[in-house]
Amino acid sequence: MQKWIIAAALALAATGASAQQVVRLATEGAYPPFNFINDQKQVDGFERELGDELCRRAALSCEWITTEWDSIIPNLTAGNYDAIMAGMSVTEERSKVISFTQAYVPPTPSAYAATSADANLKGVIATQVNTIQAAYIAASEATLVEFVTPDETIAAVRRGEADAVFADKDYLAPIVAESGGALVFAGEDVQLGEGIAMGLRQSDTELRAKFDAAIGAMKADGTLNTMILKWFGPEATIF
Amino acid sequence: MFAFCADPGLLPEWQWFLCYLSSGTHLAFYASFGTVVLLLALAAPAALAFGFAGALAARSHFLPARTLGALYIAMVRGVPDVIFFLFVPVAIDQGLEYLVHHATCPEWTEPIRRGPDFIVCPAAKVPQPTAPVPVQDAYAFTLALVAFALVFGAFAANTLKGAMEAVPRAQLETGEAFGMTRGQIFRRILLPQMWVYALPGLSNLWQILVKATPLLFLLGIQDIVYWARELGGTKTSIYSYPHPDWRVWYFLAVLVFYLAVTWASEGLFARLMRHLSRGQATAAGEALRRAAA
Repeated sequence: MQKWIIAAALALAATGASAQQVVRLATEGAYPPFNFINDQKQVDGFERELGDELCRRAALSCEWITTEWDSIIPNLTAGNYDAIMAGMSVTEERSKVISFTQAYVPPTPSAYAATSADANLKGVIATQVNTIQAAYIAASEATLVEFVTPDETIAAVRRGEADAVFADKDYLAPIVAESGGALVFAGEDVQLGEGIAMGLRQSDTELRAKFDAAIGAMKADGTLNTMILKWFGPEATIF
Repeated sequence: MFAFCADPGLLPEWQWFLCYLSSGTHLAFYASFGTVVLLLALAAPAALAFGFAGALAARSHFLPARTLGALYIAMVRGVPDVIFFLFVPVAIDQGLEYLVHHATCPEWTEPIRRGPDFIVCPAAKVPQPTAPVPVQDAYAFTLALVAFALVFGAFAANTLKGAMEAVPRAQLETGEAFGMTRGQIFRRILLPQMWVYALPGLSNLWQILVKATPLLFLLGIQDIVYWARELGGTKTSIYSYPHPDWRVWYFLAVLVFYLAVTWASEGLFARLMRHLSRGQATAAGEALRRAAA
């Protein structure tokens, strides 16, 4: 405790003398394989590896923080961190509030998972709150139930509260594969969103340009595709 | 933590559980119990201090102080707790940054509010983004602590005000008859006697405070509820320790923890009440006197 107080005092004293710029990357930490907290309490996953590589290429010193998905955009605009990498799809609505780099994952299919393949997809569908999937279901004739975390959407289907869960197929695939037949894909895949990209404050044009250039370079030399295949399997959509 | 944990996939069950329960995330879960206890240990005296100041202000003979005290009590008590918990930390944080911004960056001409963005100059960020993580955590924790103290202070103020008014008038009159000043009467007669009237209300408030600590989770602090949900969720084989949905066990552990804390404090308050009732002109004080005689 005492050490904390001293550290806090030092930090306050250092106000004004700005050290090397640290870029703070925010993620949800609950959306494997995009991002998750591993058993060593570190942020891990596709976006961790990609984000670290982008920062290396842009010569930035980056650190990761996790935050609730639901408040991830307000906390960005409030300046609590500088960029979002959290499996966030580019949408028109989000682009009004924040700005996006070019996509680092191409538009990927969303899919339904249910306890049986003939589940009623016009019944009750579980999604995570504030996602493109939630918006899609809300506009359809199905009944939408929203959950704060992706894990809760799966739990809702397992206990029969929802007929199916609708989410990124990349997120559902390992869960369906390891459910031992308890969960299966149902219905057709749906193509949603304009790809997954990094979100920044609209006023941070300089930082966005740096990350944009780094993503462009990784697309050009093929390292981004290699990384996508590593984390999402050989059938993943690549650039 | 243990050497044999290097490859959890091949372990016998008891070792697997030993490794699982000592993983980095589980250690953080255990530490978060400390966070909750620390919050309680700091929030209770802070709320009591706020409450005492509020009660004194509300009973003051000086009109502006009385108005301020009444306003504080009425406003905080009249707004849902959750709104205050969400509002206070953001308001303090942005207010602090606004003040530091004006003090350190007078040459900054761009507006702070740009559309949805709240942007101060880099030097005015509180805490500095470069500050180590423990400092960031301590800052977030302090903001939460202030929110708790403010909200529970208002309730405590009302309880203490009521307790001050419950001390029998005859007791104070005796002090006046002895020629004591108002301050002396307050310190020597009212203050020692008021606690016995305040305690039932304060113990209620303490139990509510204990049960309100999961609100930390709302403020983005990784408390026991956060870790219970995080650790209990289904884990696929991307994690070192895959398991199905175990949230019910984690929440059960949290439930037992809260029950233990409230049960223990129930006992402590009963003892404190006995202690405070000694020699008091109340029914409980009378019962103690009879038992001793």
